[in-house]
Amino acid sequence: MTTTTIAHPEYNYKVVKQFALTTVFWGLIGMTVGVLIAAQLIWPALNFETPWLTFSRLRPLHTNAVIFAFGTSALFATSYYVVQRTCKVKLISDKVAAFTFWGWQAVIVSAVITLPMGLTTSKEYAELEWPIDILITIVWLAYAYVFIGTVAIRKTSHIYVANWFYAGFIITVAVLHLVNSAAIPVTLFKSYSIYSGAVDAMVQWWYGHNAVGFLLTAGFLGMMYYFVPKQAERPVYSYRLSVVHFWALISLYIWAGPHHLHYTALPDWTQSLGMVMSVILFIPSWGGMINGIMTLSGAWHKLRTDPILRFLIVSLSFYGMSTFEGPMMAIKSVNALSHYTDWTIGHVHSGALGWVAMVSIGALYHVIPRLYGKTEMADIKLINTHFWLHTVGVVLYIVAMWISGVMQGLMWRAVNSDGTLTYSFVQSLEASYPFYFVRFLGGVFVVAGMLVMVYNVVKTVRESKQVSAA
Amino acid sequence: MVMTEFWHWWVIILTSISIIGCFWIITINLTNYTHVGEGESMGHEFDGIEELNNPLPKWWTYMFYFILVWSIGYLIIMPGMGNWEGLSGWKSSHQGIVSLDESRTLSAKSIAEGEFVQLDQEIKRADEIYGPLFKSMADKPILDLAYSDGLCFEKNGEVYAETACVEDADGKRPQGMLEIEPFKVGQRLFLQNCALCHGSDARGSTGFPDLTDSDWLYGGTPEKIKETLMHGRVATGMAAWGPALGGEQGVKEVAQYVLKLAGRKVNDKMAEAGKAKFALCAACHGANGKGGVANGLATGAPNLTDNIWLYGGSTHKVEESIRNGRAGVMPAWKDVLGEDKVHVISSYVYRISHPNK
Repeated sequence: MTTTTIAHPEYNYKVVKQFALTTVFWGLIGMTVGVLIAAQLIWPALNFETPWLTFSRLRPLHTNAVIFAFGTSALFATSYYVVQRTCKVKLISDKVAAFTFWGWQAVIVSAVITLPMGLTTSKEYAELEWPIDILITIVWLAYAYVFIGTVAIRKTSHIYVANWFYAGFIITVAVLHLVNSAAIPVTLFKSYSIYSGAVDAMVQWWYGHNAVGFLLTAGFLGMMYYFVPKQAERPVYSYRLSVVHFWALISLYIWAGPHHLHYTALPDWTQSLGMVMSVILFIPSWGGMINGIMTLSGAWHKLRTDPILRFLIVSLSFYGMSTFEGPMMAIKSVNALSHYTDWTIGHVHSGALGWVAMVSIGALYHVIPRLYGKTEMADIKLINTHFWLHTVGVVLYIVAMWISGVMQGLMWRAVNSDGTLTYSFVQSLEASYPFYFVRFLGGVFVVAGMLVMVYNVVKTVRESKQVSAA
Repeated sequence: MVMTEFWHWWVIILTSISIIGCFWIITINLTNYTHVGEGESMGHEFDGIEELNNPLPKWWTYMFYFILVWSIGYLIIMPGMGNWEGLSGWKSSHQGIVSLDESRTLSAKSIAEGEFVQLDQEIKRADEIYGPLFKSMADKPILDLAYSDGLCFEKNGEVYAETACVEDADGKRPQGMLEIEPFKVGQRLFLQNCALCHGSDARGSTGFPDLTDSDWLYGGTPEKIKETLMHGRVATGMAAWGPALGGEQGVKEVAQYVLKLAGRKVNDKMAEAGKAKFALCAACHGANGKGGVANGLATGAPNLTDNIWLYGGSTHKVEESIRNGRAGVMPAWKDVLGEDKVHVISSYVYRISHPNK
């Protein structure tokens, strides 16, 4: 096998390039907004008394930007790249693929405008109002057509495992989005969910946890299954393991939502069932991690020289850690301590910054030079710099949130000998400030890494243009 | 409230398919059903990527089986399978409650019958341990409690009973003696329940009275404070007087007069005109403007002469109050905290407004 991959003239790389570059751009924007709101939690004056810059409006902007602009663009880019190369066929339609690019950018720009204006459905990770929801639906159906259509016209006998995960993610996200966003419009910018009370909460978290399970997990496992063996130049460890963990993962994730609603008005049976399924989920999740890491068998020495592989393998380690932590936190008695604390925020970021961002960044460093007819990025050393900035940032972030989260949980439940609570909420907030600062610092490291990446990408693209011009 | 038979079986069947499906897929993959040997390449190649036919890791397989067996056990013991309540009989709280009355009735019943309802059990236990402490405090007059140096308790079997505070030879409380300071107990209850509106320092904010000063809307005696906490207060209501005062000119004139009552520098001519219109206000604030308490009126109308302002004392804010009216509400705490705890908080509030006995 050879690392040199010449751009296949028949493949549609234009849309892959577009999505790859916007992934880097939106990643920088989304993470920078994250750092700003982390700073606001320490220095509230940073909202400058401006409604558009308040935490309440920028927080959904941050989550939407990193999940749907950065993460989902990375999935679009890599899925279009992987499906063509592993099916040995061009995308089924260039026009529809171009529509998914411009349509998705329109969704993102609408979010960037409406969320700071305070227009929101108030459903977490589904804040966008109904006209944007309709646009998302149309773009997503187009995406499903391009991806599944391309798999259907493949020139290989089998469907590669990466494509199972991508297809599973695309189909399920369509269903989740349609069901959870069902609403009755009142005006152009205001709608009401068709569900009410505990049912509304349950549908929301069925959606919410599967946004994690399918978009941020299954999709990125698809990415992992192509880029880890490709970058390591090793065969996938176990075909049978991928069969077991794929089917177990997708059939169990869909049940996990109720663990977001432990000790609420949700009926006991729903809570217990959600907890049981979440705990079982630990096993298939680790199946994916094992298959990825074991793929490196016989190529471990490459970690010493290849920073891209470092990104990919460390991302799998964070994946394993988060998917152990998640099922533990879903256990009701653990949840009684962790729920509503910063521990949850730390858990999410060990998944989002550790797993999702690192596997995406690794994949982008692999893909971008190949899209521009090169074998590697302009500056390999800077990839290594990015790797360390990012890793240090993530570790600072999650350790700070673990400590403050567990501390908050313990402070909230501390009881005096007279039965009164020992601490008021404000006291627990005061105690959290040092950790908020460490979290902010972690974010600064991550954003600094993204700036290094932007520089490296611009340099790579420029050099390729100079070569082609000469 | 239970699910219909259809949804009950819907939950059971889908859950069973998921769990049994996991058993099935892991079991069939334990044997090598492929056409290639263990550890060999599957023979497909995708963009240069091959897949090996390695067996599932054993430790991972055992863990999978173990967790699946655990999950079945859990769903037999605990609720989860539709209407099946589980062998343990455990409930977090009563399910499907639609009213506070229904909740109270069922809780009383479940505590009496010793049902495994976690919330009820926890409340029962807390009442058993801490109830006697608060009962002892509630038995003392608020004035005594407010300046108490401390109360001592000893365990009489499982429950605490008040006892004289004594010291051992080292000048410490004897082993097993619990000493509590009612002022601090009251402070913690205040911070948890009252600080949200009145502030951690009890100095209030716009619309929420300062509890540390001597200005009381409904009276500052221990009895009146407790009455306010127990039953809450709904302000009789400062109506929107704009129209009745003949519009904006009238509002401005009355505002000038009210500010004059508070000893502020005003436009005397306008204040004079406002004085004539103040008759409308006197019904609640009294002809002298000294408010409900001073005039023996149960209106909760503030004293306008002390330059303490619940909704702001600028000319602009006073005019706004007169023009649009104000309506303040203090919630009732009797049902939330119970009379004993309200009694303790009352003593705390009394003391912070009267630091010296």
